[in-house]
Amino acid sequence: MDNVLTEALMRALAVGTPLLLACLGAILNERAGVVNLGAEGLMAVGALAAFAVAASSPDANLWLAVGASMLAGAALALLHAAATITLRANQFVSGLALALIGTGAAGLLGKRFEGLPLFNKVADLSLGGFTISPFTVAALLLAGAMAFWLGATRPGLALRSVGENPAAADVLGVNVGLIRVLAVLGGGALAGLAGAFLSLSYRSSWADNMTAGQGWIAVALVIFVGWRPLRAIAGALFFGFLYYLQFRLQGNSPVPTEVFSAMPFVLVLVVLALAGVRGQAGNAPAALGRAYVRGER
Amino acid sequence: MRFVPLNAPSPVRSALVTLAALTAALLICAVIFTLAGQSPAEVYGTMLRGTLGDSTGLGEVGRRTIPLLLIGAGLALALRAQFFNIGAEGQLLLGAVFAAGTALFVPLPGPVLPVAVFVAGFVGGALWALIAAALRRVNVNEILSTLMLNYVAVALVTYLIAGPWKGRDVRGYIYTDTFPVSANLPTLGGSQVHWPTLLLGVAAALGLQWVLSRSTFGYALRVVGENPGAARYAGLSGGRVTLLVALITGGAAGLAGAGEVAGIHHRLLEAGQISLGYGFTAVIVAWLARGNPALCLITAPLMGVILAGGDILKIDLNLPFRVVDVFSGVILLCLIASEVFIRHRVQWGRQ
Repeated sequence: MDNVLTEALMRALAVGTPLLLACLGAILNERAGVVNLGAEGLMAVGALAAFAVAASSPDANLWLAVGASMLAGAALALLHAAATITLRANQFVSGLALALIGTGAAGLLGKRFEGLPLFNKVADLSLGGFTISPFTVAALLLAGAMAFWLGATRPGLALRSVGENPAAADVLGVNVGLIRVLAVLGGGALAGLAGAFLSLSYRSSWADNMTAGQGWIAVALVIFVGWRPLRAIAGALFFGFLYYLQFRLQGNSPVPTEVFSAMPFVLVLVVLALAGVRGQAGNAPAALGRAYVRGER
Repeated sequence: MRFVPLNAPSPVRSALVTLAALTAALLICAVIFTLAGQSPAEVYGTMLRGTLGDSTGLGEVGRRTIPLLLIGAGLALALRAQFFNIGAEGQLLLGAVFAAGTALFVPLPGPVLPVAVFVAGFVGGALWALIAAALRRVNVNEILSTLMLNYVAVALVTYLIAGPWKGRDVRGYIYTDTFPVSANLPTLGGSQVHWPTLLLGVAAALGLQWVLSRSTFGYALRVVGENPGAARYAGLSGGRVTLLVALITGGAAGLAGAGEVAGIHHRLLEAGQISLGYGFTAVIVAWLARGNPALCLITAPLMGVILAGGDILKIDLNLPFRVVDVFSGVILLCLIASEVFIRHRVQWGRQ
């Protein structure tokens, strides 16, 4: 019995890893006051960039592949930063455009990689009889580090101040625009890393639409976990467990498969509604979603 | 670089900025095509020849334009009320489901059936959008809720066509039986342009423009969209406006879904075959029209060319249909990033 539970926990952790990474990325830029709904697209380009580098030769450097995924995510996020921070475009709609561009460009550029095997995948670590991906370990450590960095360091405070009250931060000499741009780039890099986990470790292949809506769930998860990195672990675990149940119950239950494939999305709605009723939106950074213009209230 | 606000942004400036944004978008797409190993000139040339070059191509553009016009006109209205409905895709599917249910299972005499199919489509789409409107009451962002509902709608369609509604004589395939002939919509000779739905689209574009600029509800809608604070002060109910806007946009998307199944496929089939992402493309139709439903009469065919062109590129150049997402995303980004230039002029250098 114990084994079954541990097995379920480990699987939920594995499935929840991309959710956690992308969610942490979104927390980073939302705490700085910028919403980026484009995680689905950022993950798609990250997955492709990582796979393209790793599949280029049988002994390709996997660190390079991981780096490429983060670079690709940050590069796409730069478009978001330019549109919303420099040109003050609507952050929500820009994120939607980003999701379209990312999934579209990945589908277009990645066609030649479809169905290719990956000889050099990221090996799992062994942990007391169970295996765990290095990405999962990294994601967990990152959540802890981010909680500490945001809560207890000077740059973390500067980032939060930009998200809560940019005008006050500006007066105190904090460079609002620069911090927001860096936060968006960092968020993009983490979402890209989430994609790398899918193509280098979890699936170790590339396919069109391999993110399958997980980016959107990660974005919604941010609200669910109240913009807290440590709580994001629990949130990702919860949805990871849900996906795990979907695999386990599919086929050997009287409930139609489609119920399971719709379940994560229905649950996101329920969870968001509950968060709304409980007034959790009050936890949001006060300046979330609004462009900062000096001298304007 | 500084932005200096303009007092009265002129329509000419708005049109010029929109044109510039479109040009920039096509240039960015050209770069992406080059990265994918395609010559941009060949890609654009193939698209234009295949869509506007002959009557078959024009028919395809027309077919794609119908749902874009219906949904786009509704979304233009939603845009003015600041209700960001990204779930037209799901609302279209629900419209298709309700329409198919009516056509397959409700015994109605010949001429009444198509009308009932459209009514059912409207109801299905409107109900799906109302969920998002209701969730907004408890502060759930409608972009997220409508997106999630898209995935749920896809699962619902798959469930129906593989389960209870699976056709009796379709063997291994997953779709329903064909509709009774009396439910099928007439098409313009030789094409798949189902003109009754097209007429509905034109009527929606013109009618909603009238509602927006001439009716009391349209006035309330614009106030709620442009200045929610002032709207509250004036006693205008934002909740009621949102609900009605959701009803109209969702219903319009539902009509489009009814038109697709009754006009083209004559059965309910996989979500990906009913809609080629019309719901997302229609968002761009509405933004290009800058929130004017009537202008969708111009912008819907424009995006129709891109959707039909995506098909041509798939066949002629063996490019994945995802090309369309690249176009849509880049155009949308350029459009919203250009808005600041409509209301501001740029001043270089320091103050």
